[in-house]
Amino acid sequence: MQLTRAGFLVLLWLFVLAALRVVRSDLYAASGLRVAATGFRKNANKTGRGSKAPRQLVVTHGALTGTRISLDGRPIMIGRADDSTLVLDDDFASTRHARLSMRGTDWYVEDLGSTNGTYLDRDKVTAPLRVPLGVPIRIGKTVIELRS
Amino acid sequence: MGSPVPAGEGTPVGRASSTSPGLKAPTRRGTELVMLAFAATLVTGALILVEANQEQELTMQIVYLGLAYLTLFALAHLAVRRWAPYADPAMLPCVALLNGLGLVMIHRLDLAVDDDKATRQVMWTAIALVLFVVALRFLPDHRTLAKYGYTFGLVGLVALVLPGVLPGFIAPPINGAKIWLNFGVFSIQPGEFAKILLMVFFAAFLVSKRDLFTVAGRQILGLDVPRARDLGPLLAAWAVSVSIMVLQRDLGSSLLFFGIVLVLLYVSTERAAWVVLGLVMFAGGAVVAWRLFTHVQTRVSNWIDPFATAQEDGYQIVQSLFGLGTGGIFGAGLGAGRPEIVPEASTDFITAAIGEELGFVGLAALLLIYLIFAMRGLRSALAVRDTFGKLLGGGLAFAVAFQVFIVVGGVTKLIPMTGITAPFLSYGGSSLLANYILVALLLRISAAARTPKTAPKPKVQQPAIADQHTVMVERPK
Repeated sequence: MQLTRAGFLVLLWLFVLAALRVVRSDLYAASGLRVAATGFRKNANKTGRGSKAPRQLVVTHGALTGTRISLDGRPIMIGRADDSTLVLDDDFASTRHARLSMRGTDWYVEDLGSTNGTYLDRDKVTAPLRVPLGVPIRIGKTVIELRS
Repeated sequence: MGSPVPAGEGTPVGRASSTSPGLKAPTRRGTELVMLAFAATLVTGALILVEANQEQELTMQIVYLGLAYLTLFALAHLAVRRWAPYADPAMLPCVALLNGLGLVMIHRLDLAVDDDKATRQVMWTAIALVLFVVALRFLPDHRTLAKYGYTFGLVGLVALVLPGVLPGFIAPPINGAKIWLNFGVFSIQPGEFAKILLMVFFAAFLVSKRDLFTVAGRQILGLDVPRARDLGPLLAAWAVSVSIMVLQRDLGSSLLFFGIVLVLLYVSTERAAWVVLGLVMFAGGAVVAWRLFTHVQTRVSNWIDPFATAQEDGYQIVQSLFGLGTGGIFGAGLGAGRPEIVPEASTDFITAAIGEELGFVGLAALLLIYLIFAMRGLRSALAVRDTFGKLLGGGLAFAVAFQVFIVVGGVTKLIPMTGITAPFLSYGGSSLLANYILVALLLRISAAARTPKTAPKPKVQQPAIADQHTVMVERPK
């Protein structure tokens, strides 16, 4: 009697733990987090040691705040279009709003003829501008910046 | 930067998140099936314990019942496998376990008071699962719901207030609350369905009118306070929720409804001011209601000191507290307590019954299962790409968690007892049906969030962009 009572409670908690396990492994599977995280760390070790090359793009304001995209040299498209690298869900952004691309070791931002413009810090982007680390780029209600 | 103009095209469509190509996301349906089998085993075990402790005859029939239960959920599982293969694997087993333990508990209470609620509840479960399958089948994309936002809102509002205004022979007051529609053979509680309908409406409404709530306002005491004229929707929600409290004498639904509205507003605008304002308004309304209406006064005095009227009004809550006290840490054992002493043990007070027989340890496990369910819902809402899905998913998951809080808070005398059902556990057809539809919607949203983008876009001109290898290192919090 006592044994079955305790046994049932143990089983109940085993279920909880099993569910948590599913959730845990699933956390990584769903977002590719584990793969990305280890890959990123390897990168960091290789090129690290205080070099100031931008390695990721971070969204600091707007609906996607907290999103990070790691930079691998290929251009980053930003806009509402489905195939953009950073898909903005923002009424004030254009379908193809801006592009970040790498020339040499620097990243440049250019506006792709958006309705409301792209701003690097306070300046409207009219021609490709070099993007220093940590300087905000404003697109609609979204603000992004490059970080090392 | 001048005055911003919204740029082109209607609402943006979401898309499945595909962050790293080449990484095949597993559907994890197998895990779901294993977990369902585990849940079925637990439920069968619980049933055996109840029968043994109640000195019933132990026959093979119990095993058949357990198998029938597993079959029922296996069918639901197959439907998920077929129509939402990438849905979350943890949700359905959690729900299955809660529902199963609820059934066992209702059966156990039936044995004590010689009733036959369990059979009816099994029937309701079967109907609810059919509804669940139908919802999955005929709603391949949750975004279609957004198109019917206003219709759903109207229907939901009517359903919510209908029992309150209809005459007594169709909408009889039961235990003081006028929330039922009686159709002779069976009666339904339209408020449960209204909850979901109104959530769809609010999510759709907020997605299309979000700017209205974020653009204007000024800073007062560090809070972004919205303009007075933008308060309309909040005031409307407040009025509806207060009228439920007054007309239908249903405190729980009123609190639940208003909480959902507040959370959706907060999620869509990220402005804490809405929540603060809403809570102040609700507190004001509640105080006025407390002054004016005796049924509210009774609830409050039962909450503050149930022992003062332990044999009259406070009887239910006092017995519930005694039950929980008897259960203690490890509980009396399934079928070995006396949970039937609490009035309404199988509906509003089922958590008290479980707390008595499974103790703190068992009840805590149950609450954790609810938590896992809500957490998975919120996570799906975070991961899904379209704003409507985010809002709806967040709202649905929050609704379940908040409802559990209201019920368990009431039973344990943390907040005044309000009399709503514990999702999936309590006896009650409407609640079960509505909650299974809710699960179907959440699974649909989670499937949308987790489905990897399969065929690459047929755009040959821009291979560099289509093949873009980007890795999302961190998701938004």
